[in-house]
Amino acid sequence: MIKMNSMRTRRRLTNTLVHLLLTVLGFVWVLPIFFVILTSFRAEGGSSKSYIWPKGFTLDNYKNVLSGGGSLDFSRWFINTLIVAVFSCLLSAIFVLCVSYVMSRLRFRMRKKYLNIALILGMFPGFMSMIAVYYIIKGLGMLEAGPTKLLALVIVYAGGAGLGFYIAKGFFDTIPRTIDEAAYIDGATKLDVFRKITIPLSKPIIVYTLLTSFMGPWVDYIFAKVILGNDRAYYTVAIGLWTMLEKEFIEYYYTQFFAGCILISIPIAALFLFTQKFYVESVSGAVKG
Amino acid sequence: MFGKKKKRELRAPEEAGFCSAFRNGNAVTKGSAVLWGLGNIVNRQYMRGLLLFTFEAAIVLYMVFFGIGALQDMITLGTREQYEVYNEALGIFEYVLGDNSMLCLLYGVITIFVLFVAALLVSVSVKSAYYTQVKKELGKPLPNFLADLRSLRHEKLHNLLLFAPIMGIVCFTIVPLVFMILIAFTSYDRNHQPPGNLFDWIGLDNFRAMFATGSTLSGTFWPVLGWTLIWAVVATFSTYILGIILALIINRQGTRFKGFWRFLFVLSIAVPQFVSLLTMRTIFSANGPMNIILRDLGLIGATESIPFLSDPTLAKLTIIGVNIWIGVPYTLLTMTGILQNIPADLYEAAKVDGANTFVTFFKITLPYMLFVTTPSLITSFTGNINNFNVIYLLSGGGPDSLNYYYAGETDLLVTWLYKLTITNKDYNLGAVIGILVFIILAVFSLLTYRHTSSYKDEEAFQ
Repeated sequence: MIKMNSMRTRRRLTNTLVHLLLTVLGFVWVLPIFFVILTSFRAEGGSSKSYIWPKGFTLDNYKNVLSGGGSLDFSRWFINTLIVAVFSCLLSAIFVLCVSYVMSRLRFRMRKKYLNIALILGMFPGFMSMIAVYYIIKGLGMLEAGPTKLLALVIVYAGGAGLGFYIAKGFFDTIPRTIDEAAYIDGATKLDVFRKITIPLSKPIIVYTLLTSFMGPWVDYIFAKVILGNDRAYYTVAIGLWTMLEKEFIEYYYTQFFAGCILISIPIAALFLFTQKFYVESVSGAVKG
Repeated sequence: MFGKKKKRELRAPEEAGFCSAFRNGNAVTKGSAVLWGLGNIVNRQYMRGLLLFTFEAAIVLYMVFFGIGALQDMITLGTREQYEVYNEALGIFEYVLGDNSMLCLLYGVITIFVLFVAALLVSVSVKSAYYTQVKKELGKPLPNFLADLRSLRHEKLHNLLLFAPIMGIVCFTIVPLVFMILIAFTSYDRNHQPPGNLFDWIGLDNFRAMFATGSTLSGTFWPVLGWTLIWAVVATFSTYILGIILALIINRQGTRFKGFWRFLFVLSIAVPQFVSLLTMRTIFSANGPMNIILRDLGLIGATESIPFLSDPTLAKLTIIGVNIWIGVPYTLLTMTGILQNIPADLYEAAKVDGANTFVTFFKITLPYMLFVTTPSLITSFTGNINNFNVIYLLSGGGPDSLNYYYAGETDLLVTWLYKLTITNKDYNLGAVIGILVFIILAVFSLLTYRHTSSYKDEEAFQ
């Protein structure tokens, strides 16, 4: 009886400790986000303040950042990024799904070679080839005007998509082959199987692929900077916000920067939390035989 | 009826490689190597034959009017330098354009790829002719063009599905990559910038300069490499292990509000990475919130600030800390799913045998996790070696070091590569770094990846 009691106390103690630990850690993880939210509502401008809690709150930062007064036009960047993201995510998702299905299901002579080449290419620093890509894009005449620069971004983002097939391939591998074989017996071609059986069974991985490639343009800094150069009207959000923190802009735009961060975080966060289910499902393989 | 060997060859002519097709083919098949599509046209597969022939015509025209010149230029990398001529009518000096070495090299690389495609088409042409020849010899009906197209939906589905992705990869990954690799063997640095100046092939000089003892370059390379490796190991394992521990703590029986905790930690993933990185940069800056908190708590003087990102050692620690903040939620997210997938009967059996928490963790949980996640662990290690964003957006590679060649104390090889190419225009040095990074990753992957069960036994779970 005494032993039971002491065990119960010990368990209660560990439980308390665990919850305490989680609370502390939770604070550490949430505090920076809280700081962003707080600063985005701060009434006083300027970058460095000797206090954290704002003296006054205002919505002006949001209004200003959206109305795009001054030389930096956030809402325009937002639309640019949205356009690039939508097109590149559709294109990349198609590429990724095609390649991963082929690698998972079809057997042909060049397959092993393709897998090895993909592995080797993945080992080069992604933007090592950036300069050459820049000149190829330029050679195609796409750097003459802003809209074609955005098109170039779409092509660059989607161009390498066929190499990122591992996760989707792993997912397709978990779909039982017996389903395919049953369809072949019924006279379906492999394309039919891909379109009418595999794709409908692969909702988690499709959402996951769409989502990851949709987020790419929002967070990419390097390629966007190289291709868009100093054409501020056609910036994407990532380099635009980075520009706000440059020395010439930081004093005026500091609080607007955080407002802008919140504005793009909310839709992405919403998307992300909504599809978290799909993410976990697809990473751990969902369709069980 | 047939000999055994012969029978096998005839049964699957579509499987024949270029060599066996050429060796076993008749005169028409052999001729298809020179005149593409010949074998098909002779056997009335006009569409297929004409298509191949059109490709040949296009490639030959390209080579005659452009390709051969481009290859010559690639060898010399241009001979005429840009020079000034006095224009008497206008009374000013005008530039006369010389050769652009960079474009010479780029067009040369593109031409080589065209030749590569040509070689591929020769093989396609011969194989196609051989296939037709064998079918005819066996008296089987020859597929018409429509049937060829239809085969794309089934036997040749991989061609249909892979065409566009591979085009994308070749144009925007492989060609640029080959171009940059070649740059490593040229003198394309800040003093040799086309179109004003020419650059030339200089063999292995750049590599020698990188490894020469006592030079600033090698004095930069080795410390940067050291920090890159330390960073990759620490960043990968700290987020992995802490993530698993956090996932286990949240998933353990006694913990309440599991969903709430998970939400709390996962929230930070939802914030775009560059936003959280730029925020972290301001938080840890000299007059940022972190220092303000420390001042308010009285831990440091009212005007003092801890140089979180401007002291070499502290900057490294801060970066690793921030990376944990960013990375742990990702591990948590993936691990939660995998943890729940561990068959419960394993734990029950262990419990019956009297195993305690630690034994089950080390004997069941960890091995299972390692088995499932080794590939992702390797990917995240290589990803960390190439982790541009965290370093560049957080510290910019700084604090700068006077002993280094345009690198800061926290620069990784990739961020140094970026600075070398974008800021300093030393493209040849950047390319050398890129190649060295590749070699490091290739060696590492050969050592680890091939030993993982998922590589050895790819079809185990299919």
